[in-house]
Formats: sequence, C-alpha cells, structure tokens
Amino acid sequence: MTTPQAPAGAYLDHAATTPMSRAALEAYVTEAGRTGNASSLHSAGRGARRVIEESRESVAASLGARPSEVIFTAGGTEADNLAVKGIFWGRRRTDPRRTRVLVSAVEHHAVLDPAFWLAGHAGAEIVLLPVDAEGRLDLAALRAELADHADEVALVSVMWANNEVGTLQPMRDVVRLAHQHGVPVHTDAVQAVGQVEVDFAASGVDALTVTGHKLGGPHGVGALLARRDLAIEAVQHGGGQERGVRSGTLDAPAIRAFAVALAEAVAARPERAAALRSLRDRLVAGVRAADPGAVLRGPDPTTDPGARLPGNAHFTFPGTEGDSLLFLLDSAGVQASTGSACQAGVPQPSHVLLAMGVPELDARGALRFSLGATSTADDVERLVAALPQVVARARAAGLVSAPARTGGAA
Amino acid sequence: MRVLAAMSGGVDSAVAAALAVEAGHDVVGVHMALSRNRDQFRTGSRGCCSIEDAGDARRAADVLGIPYYVWDLSEKFEETVVADFLSEYEAGRTPNPCVRCNEHIKFEALLDKATALGFDAVATGHYAQVVTREAPDGTVHRELHRSPNSEKDQSYVLAVMGPERLARAMFPLGGFASKAEVRAEAERRGLSVSAKPDSYDICFVADGDTRGFLRDRLGSRPGEVVDTDGNVVGEHDGAYAFTVGQRKGLGLGRPAADGRARYVVDVRTSSNTVVVGPAELLSVDRIAAGKAVWFTPPPTDWLDGVEVQVRAHGAPVPARVRATDAPGMEVHLTGTPLRGVAAGQSVVVYRGTQVLGQATVADARRG
Repeated sequence: MTTPQAPAGAYLDHAATTPMSRAALEAYVTEAGRTGNASSLHSAGRGARRVIEESRESVAASLGARPSEVIFTAGGTEADNLAVKGIFWGRRRTDPRRTRVLVSAVEHHAVLDPAFWLAGHAGAEIVLLPVDAEGRLDLAALRAELADHADEVALVSVMWANNEVGTLQPMRDVVRLAHQHGVPVHTDAVQAVGQVEVDFAASGVDALTVTGHKLGGPHGVGALLARRDLAIEAVQHGGGQERGVRSGTLDAPAIRAFAVALAEAVAARPERAAALRSLRDRLVAGVRAADPGAVLRGPDPTTDPGARLPGNAHFTFPGTEGDSLLFLLDSAGVQASTGSACQAGVPQPSHVLLAMGVPELDARGALRFSLGATSTADDVERLVAALPQVVARARAAGLVSAPARTGGAA
Repeated sequence: MRVLAAMSGGVDSAVAAALAVEAGHDVVGVHMALSRNRDQFRTGSRGCCSIEDAGDARRAADVLGIPYYVWDLSEKFEETVVADFLSEYEAGRTPNPCVRCNEHIKFEALLDKATALGFDAVATGHYAQVVTREAPDGTVHRELHRSPNSEKDQSYVLAVMGPERLARAMFPLGGFASKAEVRAEAERRGLSVSAKPDSYDICFVADGDTRGFLRDRLGSRPGEVVDTDGNVVGEHDGAYAFTVGQRKGLGLGRPAADGRARYVVDVRTSSNTVVVGPAELLSVDRIAAGKAVWFTPPPTDWLDGVEVQVRAHGAPVPARVRATDAPGMEVHLTGTPLRGVAAGQSVVVYRGTQVLGQATVADARRG
C-alpha cells in the first residue's frame, strides 16, 4: 500500500483538508474489502455492526463522551445541520416559544446557513452574536441576549475554534451562561479536535461536531456528539439508524478509518501541537519580515499564545486581492487559502473578517496558512522565500483592478 | 511565455486555451465573473456568464491540466459596459457592448491585471489573426487581420483595442476557417463543450429583450413618434429604445399616406421624440467619428482604396478615410451609400483583411 502524503509543494492548507494517515488508510482499505450492512442480523451484518460499535467506543473515548452520545454522519456540514435544525425542532416541540437561535457572527456557513434557512422556513429568529477585533465572542452580548430573551431561545451555537483566523472561543463561559438559563449549546469543533484538547463531558456542551478529514481521516464521515437528554429531531429520515436521528446505512470503512485517525490525532496532540506552534511562530515571523505591511488577524501568538489554534496563521496584505495572492503562491508551489467561502468560484470578502471589523477592502487581501501533521520547516521557508515577489505583484495587480470608485482604476 | 487563457465556458475559448498549451506556453485559465448576481445573467448554456459556463470552463481547464481561477470583474463590467450601454441608449445612440467589453474588460481590466501578475499575453477564443511583420529597420509590427472564417470573423469588435494591447493579445483560433473545425478540435481533445451551442445576443440582457431591459433600467418615458413634417403618427414608451434604421416594433397605427414603409430616421432624446421617414432618408455616405485608434500611423491626408464596416456582421463598403484631430476620423463612402448608420456604432477601416483603424460614429449624413 502506498503511504499517504501531503500534496507536492508546500501544502499550507490543512484547515481545508489533511492527508490521510497511514493507519486510517489501512483501516479504510481493510474494511472496504468486507461485505456487511450493520443493520443486518446475519453474520456479515454482525461483522459490520461490530466495526461500527468498536469505532463508536473509540470515538467516544477520544473525545470524552459516552458511546451512546456518538451519532455518525457524513461529515461536519451534516452534523452542523443536524445540530442546528434538530435541536431547534426538538426544543420547539416541547416549548413553541423557543424560536430564537443564537449563533456567533463568525460561524462556518454549515452553521450560519441552516440557521438562516430556519429563519426563512420555520419561523426562527436568528441573533448574530458579535465578536471582538480578534474574532472572540462578545460574552456581554450573549449575557444580555439571554437575560432579555432566555425563554425564547432554542439554542446557542458557537464554534470551538474559528476556521479562518483560528481564534479559540470561550466555550466554558458560553456553556455557563447558557446553562444558567437552561439553553443547550452546540459547538462546531471541526478545526479544534487534534489541535487543542477537546473533552465533550468536561466542556459541558450539549452537542459537538467533529469531522474525519480535518484530522487525518477520510472525507465524508464525521459525527455529532449529543447528550442523551438533548431533544433532537431527525433531519434525515429512513431506516432509523443512529437512535432514529440519522437514518442511512452506516459506512463501516469510513467510520473505522475516522475512529483510527481520531484516536491517533488525539494521542499525538500534545507533541504535535507543540511542533505546530513552533512552526507557526516561525511562519508568522517570516511573513512579517517578508512583508512589513502584512497584518496578522486573530490573536497574536507572540503575546497571547493560548488564544488561537497552534497550526493557524492568518494575514491580510493591504492593497492586494486574495485570489491574486493565491494564484501567485500556487505558481510558486505554495498552497494556501483565502479562508473564505466562494460563490461559483468568486471570492467574497470573508464574513469572519468583516465581523471582526476589518474594512472590506482589506478583507479582500486575506490569506490563511494552516499547518498539520505533515508540515515541515521547508514548507514555511518556501512560503517566506516566495512572499516578497508574490505580494509585490499582487499589489501591482490590485492597483490596476481596484474598483474605480476607490481611485485605483487604470 | 506565460499565457493567461480567458475561458468563457464556450468551445472557442476552450480550444484556444488548448492550442496555447500545445504551443508550449505556460497557461493558466481564467474565467471572468461579470455579474454580481449570477441569476441576473442568462442561465442555460447559451450565454457566457452563467454558473454553468463557469463550471464548463473549469472542466475544460481540468481536462487541459491547467490551473483555473475565477476573477471577479463584475464591478468593472457594470461601471463600464452596462453603464455605457444604458447612457448611450439614453443619449439616442446605438452602442455595441461587445466592443466596450473588449475595450474595458478583456483587453484592459483582464489584460492589465494579467500583466501585473507576470503574464506575457492573454489568449482568447476570438476569430481574428495577428500577423507579425518585421520592418527593414528590424522593428516588429503586429497587424490585426480578419479571420479566414468570414462568418465568424471578430476583427470588427477587436479593433478597439489598438496596437499596444494587440502586442499582448493572442488569438489561437485565428487560422481556423470554420467553426466545425474548432468543434472537431474540441472533440479530439475530449473537451465536453465541443457540442455546446454558440452564444448570441447580449450576455447581460437576460432573455434577449433589449427594449425590456432598457425599460427596466431607465424607466418608462412616454413620448411621440412624428414624421419628418412634424405630424404626430404614434406614441412610444421611451425614445431611448429606438435605433436609427429600425423598422420593426414602431407600433404605428396608421400607414403612411404614400403607403411606404417607415423607418426610424432620428432619435431626439432632448424632446423625447422618435422621427420616422422613408428609407431614402437613411442613406448616408459621410461619417464623422470620434475616439479613433489606429494600427498604422494616422492618415492625416485622405487614404483612398480602403473599406469600412459599421456593423459586426455588416458588409464592408469602399471608402476613403482620414484622421482628424481630437482624435477622430472622417469617412467618405466611395461606392454605394450605407443605410441606417447610427451614432454610437463602431466604424472599422480595413485594407483587404488588415484592420487599419477604428472609431465611434458621432454623425452620419448624406454628402
């Protein structure tokens, strides 16, 4: 079997997806060669069932949860949809007044879009909780919102760590405030697991999203951890798998590989996080030296090292456009991301940066660098070496392509 | 060379990109997003601006194994092409948005950004030829020529770019004599767009209804249709929606006294009046044009024996031209007069297949 590896060149986009670990790939291939539907009662089905349940126990152990709290899904987006819609409907069934959904303004679209869908289709009222200049949730706003409307709130959803700027959210405080009013908390921990310690039970959250491909596992598999006493309505109906909350034949190879990768990532985390942190600090220093105009977004790791993901760095480069930077870096063999969502491939200014108060023009020139298990000092050096010319060219292109009203039109 | 291939999602630009790759260039595909709200632009497979087209362009780039990016030029497109389209119609002139797009978007915004990013040239799927000639003193001149495919020839809408920009343009389809050949080349390379229908009309006018688009954007402005004696013969919803030479859609209740067909002979935006008259009033042989660009030194003396073309698919007619100050162009037709030349149209000067210059019609009359 070939050993999985990072793509050629300097791959600095682990927040988008990670290379699959060797152990996970082996587990995947082994299970993919077997036949069995975990819902079948015969021996082939029992074999598959055993794989699923062992994986469930493993996932639970890795994340400080009980096996019965693990709901396997086809990835993070599905788990977020299940959490936001399922908890909203579950809560509203017992208490129809609970129509308010509180989400941070910097959530991933997998949380924001289901929330706004509920607003458009199910009478929900969405409250976007503001963040500070570093992307950290404004707890006073959450406190005030809960004080004013606690009886109408269905749920609070705040991500554990932001996918663009890597800011860690004050989950303990969010849980404390919400639980004072009996409001359940969901957290999207897709970026956090494997980078910082995530313990479901200790955190107190009621539901947590995790996905396989951000931590060395396969695409298309993940889980929602949900407390047994949390009312969740099904979003996907059918054969009644996963406590009737998530129907569909379970994907034994993907689930096994996910569990293996997760266990590996959690076990390796203390050591790996330290290595990522030191590599990331070199990257930040290197970028600052290569372009003194670059602005670090999110908490500064040199002064506040515990406030952001160890593998994340994010900059805006004034006078540039993210897509120019991306293209020029790609040509130089460096793969990064603007970090923000695309609409038909058209980069939009990031809602995360805008929520942090970054002016729209500056938000256009954003780059996220995210390190992972396969990252090396060479990757960072390659970026730092390429950056001066890349930024100079992108600035020149920014001058000729800026919208006319900014006075930059040629 | 480092070449940026502009990829619309159509078959022409896909094959142009393929030929640039096969010529050994380092090629990157770029699709231009021209509408902020993608639903506004025509969907389906005929336009150049829909999400499907962006996907088709991406798929073609994948097949060619080249990087692919989408560049958002929608603001610039709105500020230049769409705004010009509206203000020209509003002023009673007849704009050609494809000319303006080549002028401001493809060979300005796109080309300038590409140059800044380190590209040597922009390749498009236009049907036109670039001929390189070396002068006795060793300097190299690039000439813009018609495509041998007379049905598809796009030199008319490209002439506006002028010689400096032509130096950084590449038209790999220039030598193709037919669209069928281009489709065959696409098929041979496994490009799924090989059978995609051609695009026509104006990409930002959703259903091809230009008059409806103008009414939506400019509002209804009812006024009178008069004959050349000033008699009111009908009403209209906005003089801006009429074009000199237009015959259909005038909505005149009564036929002319002499029973002959009537055409729009003048659009007077100051009084919001459309003037109709017989066909002979449309015949012109003197054209004054502005915003001239020349691929050769501007002819300050009359240049005889050339041809001019005033529409994208119009026939060229014999003429003599000279450059005027401003910079402008004066045209005398030496053969048959032209019918229905509207202000705002482009006039392109040819000698044989070669484009000599281009300007925008300001005034056309009978000499």
